[in-house]
Amino acid sequence: MRVVLAEDSVLLRDGLSRLFASRDCPVVAAVGDADALLRAVGEHRPDLLVADVRMPPGYADEGLRAAIQVRRQWPEVGVLVLSQYVEERYATKLLTGETSRLGYLLKDRVADVDDFVAAARRIAGGGTVFDPEVVSQLLVRRTDPLDRLTPREHDVLALMAEGRSNAGIAGALVVSESAVAKHVNSIFAKLGLTPADSDHRRVLAVLRFLGG
Amino acid sequence: MVWWDVPAVLWSRRTWLAVAGLLAGAVLWLVPVVLVSAMVGVGELVGAEHPVPGLGGSPEVGGAVGAVAPLAVALPVLLALTFRFTLWHEARLRLLGADLAPPAARPTGMPRRRWLARQAVSSATWRQVRYHALGGAFLALAGALVLAGAVFGPGFVVAAALSGKGSLLHRSPIAALGVAMAVAAGWLARGAGALDLALARRLLQPPPAELLARRVASLSASRVAAVEAADAERRRIERDLHDGTQQRLVSLAMNLGMTRAALAGADPAVRAAVAAAHDEAKQALAELRDLIRGLHPAVLDELGLDAALSGIAARSPVPVRLVVDLRRRPPAAIEAVAYFVVSEALSNVAKHAAATRADVVVREQTDGLTLAVDDDGRGGADPVRGTGLRGLRQRVESVDGTLSIASPAGGPTSILVTLPCG
Repeated sequence: MRVVLAEDSVLLRDGLSRLFASRDCPVVAAVGDADALLRAVGEHRPDLLVADVRMPPGYADEGLRAAIQVRRQWPEVGVLVLSQYVEERYATKLLTGETSRLGYLLKDRVADVDDFVAAARRIAGGGTVFDPEVVSQLLVRRTDPLDRLTPREHDVLALMAEGRSNAGIAGALVVSESAVAKHVNSIFAKLGLTPADSDHRRVLAVLRFLGG
Repeated sequence: MVWWDVPAVLWSRRTWLAVAGLLAGAVLWLVPVVLVSAMVGVGELVGAEHPVPGLGGSPEVGGAVGAVAPLAVALPVLLALTFRFTLWHEARLRLLGADLAPPAARPTGMPRRRWLARQAVSSATWRQVRYHALGGAFLALAGALVLAGAVFGPGFVVAAALSGKGSLLHRSPIAALGVAMAVAAGWLARGAGALDLALARRLLQPPPAELLARRVASLSASRVAAVEAADAERRRIERDLHDGTQQRLVSLAMNLGMTRAALAGADPAVRAAVAAAHDEAKQALAELRDLIRGLHPAVLDELGLDAALSGIAARSPVPVRLVVDLRRRPPAAIEAVAYFVVSEALSNVAKHAAATRADVVVREQTDGLTLAVDDDGRGGADPVRGTGLRGLRQRVESVDGTLSIASPAGGPTSILVTLPCG
């Protein structure tokens, strides 16, 4: 796995370089700002880009925006965004579109080196890794989308929470399986869940149902 | 004191100061009066010689028009200068030892023109005009009398002494009159000075209510400045920790993690020591993150209240439902207070309420925002006993907000906060 690192703190950049190098993941470029990030990714086409959210020159979300551009321009490059704090809005920005080869983790997670490298490999291999803190923030979204569900959709979601398949739900509600699939899609849409990973969406929808 | 000490005592430093004050005041009054009179006089002469066509052309009409024309220009200018003249008078009186309150300053940020417009219609300006009209005439009169007494009194004495005409008996009443005039001028100067000061206090000084209002305004301004300074300081510390210590600690924890992984086959004692160091570094990192959040979370500055509150709500051990309905971002100080209110209230809910859920609702109002935190816990929160709640109230009141708590024993508890965004 070839890695490009974008992190403005020299200390962390060096540390991460050593970490990846020690795990047989050559770091082909380690840069300190968003422009250099885009140049390095264009030049090396790595398997994984690890980018900090806050980066020079503005120290706002330059790194995040560069990462989104990388995903648009070079979709085959895995992107792992590191942040000092996790925020659903950053996650939502990243999540528009394809969600595979994507990760968003709290910077502190690099302390658990094995877990961190494993997550990085999962992302490069096509997986999605989101910090548990982001998931819990997604569950407390301000306006409760559950209120927008129709009673029938509510019933479907409740049965989904019991762990039933679409066929099982269809049987319980005495409707056709395609009608259930339609309800499920509508539920996903109303809960703002993107159509990338359907298993993941099912769990998130249920979590939201239980949390709300 | 014996009788011949009277002139010495009377014409002490205080009297000379009073005379100087009277004369300075008289000049301050006379200059505009003489200027305006001269303008009117010249205007009248010019007007009389150049009859206005269409008004009959008589010298009287022309003179009247000529006299009014400069007056129409001079009066607004004089009115605009009233404030300036008042400052000069106050400076003069302060030199004499009067303790006058300083004039109201232009509030920072208010344009000069608006400030002047506001001054022109304020009651203070009309009091000042009255002072300049009444006090000025009085000052000129008293100044002239004092000057006359002080100059002609000793003059009479000298004249009587030097004059060869008439017997000494014949001349002594004139000398006596001179002494009496000089002494009287001293009394007059002091009396007039005191009256001048009394007039200034009565007319130039704002009434107590206005002084109080001014004091309140200046106190609120300094309180706002103090709150902002404290916030700025918190932000600075947060940035320093964020950019320095936190990065260093992340790096340390990562290095220890790598060492720990590399030591898989080493002496168990060494492995245990490194593992403990690694765990402690991670613990320190977690504590530092909590500390930074408590100081001033970066997410609040970057993404606003909504994002910052969803972070707190997500970390709360009690499930929270959050509604933030804001169309625009409130001022930074208000955002900070709202953030800390929710943070503290939710940690109270987690610690004391034994609740199964909490609701946080932030809504925009016409002149600010309201913030409600409700839980279904056991209640009994008492702001008089708990320092946490008292701290909350202080923070809310530092920006002129209000906080009310309803928390009957047995529950539930609801906290309602209003924060102005003026």
